[in-house]
Amino acid sequence: MIEVRMHGRGGQGAVLASLLLAHAAHRCGYHVQVFPEFGVERRGVPVTAFARLDRRPIRLRTRVLRPDHVLILDPALAHYLPLTDGLQPGGSVVMNAAGPEALEPFARTFRLAWVDGSAIAARHKIGTATAPIVNTTMVGAFARVTGLVGKDDVAAAMEELFGAKAAVNRAAAFDAYDAVQVVHEPATAAAGV
Amino acid sequence: MTTTVPAPAASRTSILTGNQAAAWGAFLARTQVVSAYPITPQTTIIETLADLYQRATWPSRFVNVESEHSAMAVCIGASITGTRVFTATSAQGLALMHELLHWAAGSRLPIVMVDVNRAMAPGWSIWTDQNDSLSQRDTGWAQVYCSTAQDVLDHVVMAFRLAETTNVPVMVVEDAFVLSHTAEAVEVPAQEVVDNFLPPRTPSFKLDVEKPAAFGGLLGPDWYQEVRQDLHDSMLRIGGLLPKAYADWARLTGRAYDVVETWHMDDARVALVTSGTVSQTAQEVVESDWARREKVGLVQIRLFRPFPAARLREVLGGVEKVAVIDRNCSYGHHGIFFQELKSALYGLPDARRPKAYGYVMGLGGRDVSVESIEDVLRRTVSRPAPEPETTWLGAVLPPGAPVKACACGEEVTR
Repeated sequence: MIEVRMHGRGGQGAVLASLLLAHAAHRCGYHVQVFPEFGVERRGVPVTAFARLDRRPIRLRTRVLRPDHVLILDPALAHYLPLTDGLQPGGSVVMNAAGPEALEPFARTFRLAWVDGSAIAARHKIGTATAPIVNTTMVGAFARVTGLVGKDDVAAAMEELFGAKAAVNRAAAFDAYDAVQVVHEPATAAAGV
Repeated sequence: MTTTVPAPAASRTSILTGNQAAAWGAFLARTQVVSAYPITPQTTIIETLADLYQRATWPSRFVNVESEHSAMAVCIGASITGTRVFTATSAQGLALMHELLHWAAGSRLPIVMVDVNRAMAPGWSIWTDQNDSLSQRDTGWAQVYCSTAQDVLDHVVMAFRLAETTNVPVMVVEDAFVLSHTAEAVEVPAQEVVDNFLPPRTPSFKLDVEKPAAFGGLLGPDWYQEVRQDLHDSMLRIGGLLPKAYADWARLTGRAYDVVETWHMDDARVALVTSGTVSQTAQEVVESDWARREKVGLVQIRLFRPFPAARLREVLGGVEKVAVIDRNCSYGHHGIFFQELKSALYGLPDARRPKAYGYVMGLGGRDVSVESIEDVLRRTVSRPAPEPETTWLGAVLPPGAPVKACACGEEVTR
């Protein structure tokens, strides 16, 4: 089983990002289970969403404490949240960041990748210029780094979820897919399904 | 998260939360009147229904109200005119309905409600446990406990058949967040499939201005008990009707259910008994090498009212030990599934009656993890006798450690 944790702020769409990943993974034949951190969500506060993917039916109904991969929508969260808590050796950190220096605090036991999702989302006018919504963009980067789902699966999932609004989100996700940079490869490989 | 897809002409798989699945069940059942008041974690059921009902092709009303008490009052008023009625609530909302739950059942109105299991306040909690629905045990509503989003959709549809066949209202229960806000693949049946299973309601009595009659009038000692016995007998009939509904549903959808589900019970020495989503995690636990060596089986109770006592005696008779996980407590006695189960097992001959071990855990949304379920089983296997009968498990702090009581900020010791 693959477990994924997504970090963002209320309003940035971490939950929708997890749902998008679920739709894409379901198309690839995975069983999926996604859920938000069970709490009282408010705009702007740190929020977390989780996804489980497996080749067999998922029966665990418990918290995700040891994720295989982490997706970070808001780089500022790194200042005060332990974003790689429980992350398994060999797992990926995929971060929305202005540059590779944002990844410096993280242990070298993880695959570390960054993309300027905010700039890409802003260029595609998703959200506003000052507060771009990066969730759909970052799922593209996540797909590339982890290889769990293909970019066409992400595109098809957007078609299902967003209908007419899929095109702009797809374009942003594809840009992030192409632009994401892996700056560190760990010695251990990530767990497979 | 109220993304919805068009009403399906053919059965199709969607990624839905338990709450979205509940709304789809009520919509596919062609519910005519929905009245509800929002409360976390139930709200997304009502949001999804409001969205779906934009597209209803049959006469329907979505009635906004100012409280859960009023929501149930609207349901009662609508149901007595012969329409198909649905509502949903949680915790304090369900408690506020309490008087009218008796009224709905006593009036023999086939209302279907989803209760999203949320812990009762105070301390203020939006997280799951079962004390809200179990507090309504004796109101005359049937209760079914679900463990997947697919269960929820399927049971909402089946609940209408049970309710309308017996004139007993039915509560379909799902865990807060762990089910209500967790998305997974759900097969949404085609409208035609549901129509085949569930014809329009044909009420055996109704409020009709052309044929005036009185409902809910004075009933003296010469009749009250007969009417109540009829409610009891009708409720018991659901115990036989649900397996029939399951068989019909399986023929139409390929999905099989049972009032009591079992895993590895053929040669079990120890049986773990669960309800709700804990039953899902527990399936992983009983697959472990240790559990197979110790011959641990799993029994999931879906139907709680009427209580499937005979079936449980059949499944558990001859097992050495039974461990019951309760995400609830009847304070001053036991977990409620535990006490109900013990009462059922009393009907077994001494030689075939298992020792019963009760565990209260997972209250207020505390995670019921693989490790905590293993803990239940190891304790049950290693203890020769269930003394004490009930053990509280899963507290983060050891007994005796001081904790802040959130209501007053005072340090208390437990």
